[in-house]
Amino acid sequence: MAVERFPVEAGQILQFARALGDANPIYSDEAYARGTELGGIVAPPTFSQASQHFDPEFPLRPRPGRPWFGSAAEDKGPGAAPGSEGGGIGLYAEHRFVYHRHLRPGDVLHTRQHPGESWEKEGRRGGRLRFQEYVTEFLDAQDSLVLESIVVGVTTEKQVGE
Amino acid sequence: MALRRSQLAVGQSHQEVVVENLTRTQIVMYAGASGDFHPFHSDERYARAMGLPGVFAHGMLTMGLTGKALSNFVGDGRLTHYAARFVSQVWPGDTLIARIEVKALREQAAQSLADLEITTRNQKGEAVLTGSATARIDA
Repeated sequence: MAVERFPVEAGQILQFARALGDANPIYSDEAYARGTELGGIVAPPTFSQASQHFDPEFPLRPRPGRPWFGSAAEDKGPGAAPGSEGGGIGLYAEHRFVYHRHLRPGDVLHTRQHPGESWEKEGRRGGRLRFQEYVTEFLDAQDSLVLESIVVGVTTEKQVGE
Repeated sequence: MALRRSQLAVGQSHQEVVVENLTRTQIVMYAGASGDFHPFHSDERYARAMGLPGVFAHGMLTMGLTGKALSNFVGDGRLTHYAARFVSQVWPGDTLIARIEVKALREQAAQSLADLEITTRNQKGEAVLTGSATARIDA
């Protein structure tokens, strides 16, 4: 679902870069970054994924009072697992980013989502594969498009009578 | 340092180890940073109960790791497009090597661009990610 407010913060950029094992000072050292052509810290290319923290209904984050599907006392919890990572899109086949500019600390973004193109292909073992794009647009406070993040999910459709 | 068109040629490539012996802890770090807490990636008991040998990395961790090699090659803040297909699972203990090859050099709206082809392989030589990117380069 759409995110109403995604504040881009320097600490979150540092943690994201660390998770990638990326010690590039452009992600954490303000004095260094000021001296580059970018003039300041930017976020790594896939950083917009961190907006998942700001989606109140994101299904892949446990929340108090809601059943979770991961292990606790039992190997599997009582909650229902979404269809795949990303949540109910089938198999997560592909991800594409289109950059209009790079994210910086201090940006406060919001997202708009719409389905993109869809197409079908014959699967190798029969049955049709249905590909669906899910487009998330990230916009800044002036409503200018900053980034497009496009997930391609694939589901198999067993044809009746085949 | 950004790339200069005059110093680039189609077929030129950059190769980089983007993670060596991937730890479960790094996968947990990515879960925390990205907000994707699917138990497939951090919960060994759940993953085994689902019939898997254990936890595996987020596809987007592999895309992020590969993005590190891309930025190291083309320069920071230079990408205009970056696309990745997740072709095989990445497991703890994997070492991943990203290879980026220049496929085309072109001009668009007075801007020099490089089109790149990307393949990230594991230590067995199996492709785990294939993709493409476009970067702004200097004239």
